[in-house]
Amino acid sequence: MRLRGLVRKEFLQILRDPSSIAIAFLMPLLLLLLFGYGVSLDAKNVPIALVVEHPNADTASFTASFQQSRYFKPLFVSNMRQARSVLMSGRVHGIVRLAGDFSSKLRSRDGAAIQVIVNGVDANTARVVQGYVQSLWSLWLEQRATSAGHKLAIPVDVRQRVWFNSELRSRNYLVPGLLAVIMTLIGALLTAMVVAREWERGTMEALMVTPVAMREILLGKLIPYFVLGMGGMCLSVGMTLWLFDVPLRGSVLILFVAAALFLLAALGMGLLISILAKNQFVAGQAAIIVTFLPAFILSGFIFDIGSMPPFVQALTHVIAARYFVAILQTLFLAGNVWSVIIPNALALAAMAAFFLLLSRRMARKRLD
Amino acid sequence: MNAHRPQLPPMRSADDDGNALTMSTISKSFVSEGRSVKALDEVELRVSAGRITGLVGPDGAGKTTLMRLAAGLLQADTGSIRVLGLDATRDPLMVQRSIGYMPQRFGLYEDLSVQENLDLYADLQGVPHAIRAQRYHDLTKMTGLEHFTRRLAGRLSGGMKQKLGLACTLVQPPQLLLLDEPTVGVDPVSRRELWVIINKLILQHGTSVLVSTAYLDEAENCHEVALLHNGHCLGQDTPARFTARVEGRTYSVSAAGLSKRALHDVLADTDDVVDAVVQGNHVRIVASKNEPPKNIDLPNSVDLSIVPVPARFEDGFVTLLRAHLRPEDPARHHLDFKIAATTPTRASADAVIQVRELSRRFGPFYAVKNISFAVQRGEVFGLLGANGAGKSTTFRMLCGLLPPSSGHLSVAGLDLRRAASAARARIGYMSQKFSLYGNLTVRDNLQFFSSIYGLSGASRSDRIKWSLEQFTLDSVKDNRSIDLPLGFKQRLALACALMHEPDILFLDEPTSGVDPLARREFWHRINHLAEAGVTILVTTHFMEEAEYCDRLAIMDAGEILALGTPDEIKVSAADHGGPISTLEDAFIALLDANAKVRSEQ
Repeated sequence: MRLRGLVRKEFLQILRDPSSIAIAFLMPLLLLLLFGYGVSLDAKNVPIALVVEHPNADTASFTASFQQSRYFKPLFVSNMRQARSVLMSGRVHGIVRLAGDFSSKLRSRDGAAIQVIVNGVDANTARVVQGYVQSLWSLWLEQRATSAGHKLAIPVDVRQRVWFNSELRSRNYLVPGLLAVIMTLIGALLTAMVVAREWERGTMEALMVTPVAMREILLGKLIPYFVLGMGGMCLSVGMTLWLFDVPLRGSVLILFVAAALFLLAALGMGLLISILAKNQFVAGQAAIIVTFLPAFILSGFIFDIGSMPPFVQALTHVIAARYFVAILQTLFLAGNVWSVIIPNALALAAMAAFFLLLSRRMARKRLD
Repeated sequence: MNAHRPQLPPMRSADDDGNALTMSTISKSFVSEGRSVKALDEVELRVSAGRITGLVGPDGAGKTTLMRLAAGLLQADTGSIRVLGLDATRDPLMVQRSIGYMPQRFGLYEDLSVQENLDLYADLQGVPHAIRAQRYHDLTKMTGLEHFTRRLAGRLSGGMKQKLGLACTLVQPPQLLLLDEPTVGVDPVSRRELWVIINKLILQHGTSVLVSTAYLDEAENCHEVALLHNGHCLGQDTPARFTARVEGRTYSVSAAGLSKRALHDVLADTDDVVDAVVQGNHVRIVASKNEPPKNIDLPNSVDLSIVPVPARFEDGFVTLLRAHLRPEDPARHHLDFKIAATTPTRASADAVIQVRELSRRFGPFYAVKNISFAVQRGEVFGLLGANGAGKSTTFRMLCGLLPPSSGHLSVAGLDLRRAASAARARIGYMSQKFSLYGNLTVRDNLQFFSSIYGLSGASRSDRIKWSLEQFTLDSVKDNRSIDLPLGFKQRLALACALMHEPDILFLDEPTSGVDPLARREFWHRINHLAEAGVTILVTTHFMEEAEYCDRLAIMDAGEILALGTPDEIKVSAADHGGPISTLEDAFIALLDANAKVRSEQ
């Protein structure tokens, strides 16, 4: 009866408190829309300066391939000086230069070269531009050879196939990874704040002198926010599948089991924070720094863990979101790959158990 | 209900010695920022079964710590606590099953309705469903909440919130009820109602009650009173016996042709006088012996009348306190203050503060509705009212912080709409929260406030020196202000407000929570300021404080119900019927009459 009373109270409070609703539903919605539509790590229509020092049929044929490509938006300039200035002003991301002897060299034995200068400030876009120009160049050479009636002599022919995310849509791995961020938000941030609020308003002191046990107070928080978190999860999965057309290749059941494990770990962290920090401001800041930001940056959701320095890689092992993101990206894009799912799920279960048990131990029905 | 709940041992309502709560040699220290602060020092206390025991003392005396110890929320460093025959240290959960505890800021869930709050606590206390309807009915009827069960707790008035907190605590009738300052911030009407409820409880259920309060007049409602000061228990006895110690030593003094303030000044300095407070047109004193004080330093021409009056609990308390404290610094009786040379107001006969038909609306709600009053130079004027009566809104408009919706307002002859900053340069302001920088030292605070008032060089160091001397702050000038006792903080705040030698002083609830001695000392200084020609406007909900004012306005729901001297207000309230002996009686009578008028409309 005591636990039921606490749970019912918590639900009534969630329904009446606009800030809970905002964190539990509005923030996920915004994040999903932002990452689903707004943020894209793909390069498309990249503005690029083309410098043709001696225009002729050969150069026209090459530049035409830039114009046809959906990856580039070429801007013709007449000399390198101009090209530099548009690059400096940020209007283009790179320069492709065809030197004056392009045509003559093309017919020589050594073949022609093109100069490619890429703005390296945004390293990600720079690499993408570099790769695209390279493949465009080899494609053009091949076409030219074919039309001339003989095969281009390439010692090794590279045929690429992309697995799992064959269209290379960044949305397909960003949006599933976002689920981890959203559940951290509800599980850790919201939970830490509402418990701290009880301390601030003095309701915790009043609860403590009733016959209620500490276990019941903790469960009274855990159950409602678990339900809320899973609700947020359902909403997010629905949007992922039907609004953003991200495929789900693994099992829905495993998805929800993994989500439940992760949510318990997040709730454990939220409760622990609120036991240590008894006002909403500190609890909120702590939750953002210890749970939300790591889930964003160190979970492999945006930045690949494999390319982080070893020290940071080691650090990611204590971030619960890392294990969940691995499971999410595998389930959505690859399928039920047990060799990924089982170790990560075990890690989540261990973290959930650790944080929940620690909270239980730390929570005392005393004020000193 | 939980079927597997362990069987409770038969609960006794008291120990073998007839006490519901016994504390012996209890000490408790807290560590704050590396320093250990002793909150309670070898305290002895008992609560007799079926009786109300009052725990009386100022803020910081250790009342809340004592309550939390009794509720099993804290563990004592030394000593033993027995609650209803249980050891509170070893069995806190058992203790919590049989007591009711209402913390100072009771944990109402403000986004839940009255009914939902009651349901929650009934669930937590394991009240069987079968008896709930009856219990709710009794409780809401007793607390006057029966028509508000669906209202959100956050929308209730301060007094109603407190009554709901009490109802939640009583959902399972406890054998021992601990109430931590249940009447703080509650208007006098609700305060009386709360006491009626507590008394009913004793009659119906034989509940034992321990109630803490900073209001000395409430102590007289208790069967027994324990006095707590600075972590020490100064004694426990019936209020009558505390009062009896000073019986025959209390007098009401008045002198024709002498202002009450001048008379108070002389009496406070007289050797045979232990305590002197202004009350309406008289000065009430406690003599050191059972005879009127002699050697009063007044010219023989002054016609002095000394009339014996019955002793009050407060007289006993203050006398006891003074006996426990070291002799006070004589400097407290004097304050040299001169108003800065400013452009004179247009005519000295003009009122310094002029308010005509002033209103302030927030949406459709009138926080202040059509009020008018005027304050003369050197007058102490009080705004008296419960929380939400419109005092703070009026204050903010007078300080030029909030524009009025309509009406006229001038301070020192300046229209606040046009010359707010010129007017503010002549106003000193001291707020309830004292607005000090806690982690700066006393001297840092003084330096900061002198610089924001534009003082520099010699005049600045002169003023700082003046503050340290006049407010006896020299001994603590390098202490951080957060570590100071409340009375010192209050002195420092007043010193900061007087830094620029203003001729108008605004005081917003200046003595909330400070002990009665510090309050007397504070008013002593205020009297000196008024004598020096400073115009003083003060808001308060302490009725005894209102007695110091020359004139008062009693506010309720944004309107002024009565305006005049304390004695005039008592007389006008008597027209509404009922015996009026104190300002509090008058206040309640006026509020009742106003409520009647409004319900008839």
